[in-house]
Amino acid sequence: MIAELGHFALILAFMVSIAQAIVPMVGAQKGWAGWMGVGVPAAMAQFALAAAAFAALTYSFVVSDFSVALVANNSHSLKPMLYKVTGTWGNHEGSMLLWVLILALFGAVVAAFGANLPDRLKARVLSVQAAVGAAFFAFLLFTSNPFLRLSFPPLDGSGLNPLLQDPGLAFHPPFLYLGYVGLSTSFAFAVAALIEGRVDAAWARWVRPWTLAAWMFLTIGIALGSWWAYYELGWGGWWFWYPVENASFMPWLIATALLHSAIVVEKREALKTWTVLLAIMAFSFSLIGTFIVRSGVITSVHAFANDPERGVFILAILAVTIGGSLTLFAARAGSLTSKGVFSLVSRESALMLNNVLLVVATFVVFIGTVWPLISEMTFGRKLSVGAPFFDMAFTPFMVVLAMVLPLGAVMPWKRADLGRSMRPLWGVLAASVTFGALVLVVQTGTRMMAPIGLALAAWLILGALADLGARVRLGKVGFAETLRRLGNLPRAELGKFLAHAGLGVTIFGIAAITAWETEDIRVAKPGDSFIISGPATEYQIRFDDVRSVQGPNYQATQGVFTVLVDGDEIATLRPEKRVYPVSRMPTTEAAMDIGFWRDVYLVIGDPQEQGGFAVRAYVKPFANWIWAGAIIMALGGLASLSDRRYRVAAGARRRGAAVAAE
Amino acid sequence: MKRLLLILILLASPALAVQPDEILADPVLEERARDISKGLRCLVCRNENIDDSNAGLARDLRLLVRERLVAGDSDDQVTAFVVARYGEYVLLQPKATGSNLVLWAAGPVMLVLAGWTAIAFLRRRRNVEAALSPDEEKRLGELLGE
Repeated sequence: MIAELGHFALILAFMVSIAQAIVPMVGAQKGWAGWMGVGVPAAMAQFALAAAAFAALTYSFVVSDFSVALVANNSHSLKPMLYKVTGTWGNHEGSMLLWVLILALFGAVVAAFGANLPDRLKARVLSVQAAVGAAFFAFLLFTSNPFLRLSFPPLDGSGLNPLLQDPGLAFHPPFLYLGYVGLSTSFAFAVAALIEGRVDAAWARWVRPWTLAAWMFLTIGIALGSWWAYYELGWGGWWFWYPVENASFMPWLIATALLHSAIVVEKREALKTWTVLLAIMAFSFSLIGTFIVRSGVITSVHAFANDPERGVFILAILAVTIGGSLTLFAARAGSLTSKGVFSLVSRESALMLNNVLLVVATFVVFIGTVWPLISEMTFGRKLSVGAPFFDMAFTPFMVVLAMVLPLGAVMPWKRADLGRSMRPLWGVLAASVTFGALVLVVQTGTRMMAPIGLALAAWLILGALADLGARVRLGKVGFAETLRRLGNLPRAELGKFLAHAGLGVTIFGIAAITAWETEDIRVAKPGDSFIISGPATEYQIRFDDVRSVQGPNYQATQGVFTVLVDGDEIATLRPEKRVYPVSRMPTTEAAMDIGFWRDVYLVIGDPQEQGGFAVRAYVKPFANWIWAGAIIMALGGLASLSDRRYRVAAGARRRGAAVAAE
Repeated sequence: MKRLLLILILLASPALAVQPDEILADPVLEERARDISKGLRCLVCRNENIDDSNAGLARDLRLLVRERLVAGDSDDQVTAFVVARYGEYVLLQPKATGSNLVLWAAGPVMLVLAGWTAIAFLRRRRNVEAALSPDEEKRLGELLGE
């Protein structure tokens, strides 16, 4: 019964989205206020219905209703409650339902908080959003219905992939989808602006918060996924350039570019057409990502060819959305006139360079991701494109970006003087280069990864600090005055500082772990003791015991290890090797002593014929900095999102409404 | 019984990445083996290299790489040997030959195009700045005429 109600709600949501796509758009073209007004309640209703459908599916998972095919295939009565709930989106149909739920959520939020938008623009935005929604509701209902019943329900479900039974992975899709789908709002604003033929500072001010929010969620989602891989896959890798990872990374890169170019539109009324194009591209890459993940086309062309229904459907959505919006762009872009002029050396140009680098880097990731497919289909050449290619082809763009970032960030708008902009940065540059040189001297070996990476990271972090220091006139005025200035600093400036410094922290972590990780693989028996050296410290690992552990739905071999430094015990680690009898799948649960400077990472492997176990130990210097940097970047987004100018715009609207009511 | 089941499952489960018994006694050779392994794809996995992979096939390949190294092959010879056996598909970094040139050139070409477009845009921009609108010219004429 509940599942049928959910199914019914989903069909209604589909109907509402069709109405919402058509009525407000017609109203906006004809200038009929009544028709335009349909958008807001329709968006609310669409969200309520999608939420009801999602709640119904979640309920079916919670009560383990195995007469629903999806639940029977993906859940099990023994599963912990948390994973029953998260299991709702741990499968194709459920995750697509979450996708449309979030899409409807963003539409409803635009409707609820969009009272300061001009009616016509709002009607068009909601209509475009609903059109995308309608396409995905149709996709769900016609190819991926989550509510199908089984005529003969099984006694118990066939379980969930044990790899997915983990908090990191369970909560990673919602964040990722909030990011992916949040970009649909920027897209809707771009298409609406093209229809209106008008892009101005106000438009940029409306678009930027949505992009910021989406970007923040994407940042967190990507970091969560990477962190999950780090501790779950058993050797502490954190980025693999898998197609599914690239699928989330490409929209992130473009969203980063969009964030920056939207500032130019807002402050300087320049780069308008380019910004609109970026907004279209950002969501297009979200759709491409969805297609890559959901159709399975990249992992196996044959799997796609055997069951093409879903893939072809998404491909059709992709073609219509991207093709349609680009056609509209080609037709209308000419009508967007930019006002602001700027010279070759200016913050505008620096942001253009940022955009060029990010977009070209995205393109490299894109072509690397789809090349195996293209190569096989057009040249009959079956090949792989993996991490070595991406490391070599992608990294240079990020290096150049990091090199110019601190300078670009301090340049004034309109016309800058290189010498004057560099003045506060010379000290930072000298410090960073010295730091890099120091690293080169201290490290053993001649690989340049660590010196260059760490120097760049220092340049970014210190550069961001120098910029902040100059803004609060640190050292130039009294300390109290500096504090006062810091308190009055616009939140957007704080956001900029955090985001840029966070990038530096991430680069620091990546360079350090890549260059200095140490590893020890050996056979060890309980009672054995061995030493693994990190960059600065020697760690003694003592294998104390091995035991069997019974989990709620798995059995595990657990090793008990003590980590000692200079004879002092610093941690007890319990790595496990688990077996989930239902799916017969083994997983490794690494144990870590997480620290600010390094992680000590232990994995227990299989029992060996000659006795003992395969044990793998790693010291991973600065590992946490990778994700800490991402969190700092996301906090920067949050700070920027809370900037006064967005709140003031909302307040002005409220005051305006109060006046009108009098 | 449960214990027995556990042991059976454990024995049947795939090995985890590089195993202690695979490691070569000579650390220099082992280091080379690791480097080569990072560029070879585990054929049955998702874009995973054989060094990280848990699959049995990856283990066979790791052993093969070490065998060739011990036999005295250079790094390139080892890679060529594996490619001859398993095809180009096994390379994680595609060779920059033939149609793959498109892949390798894509980034630089795109960068040049984008940079060129950006500079052309900035140039045009400056001309716009330099030119006066008819209104401004009229006003300038008036001012000069005075």
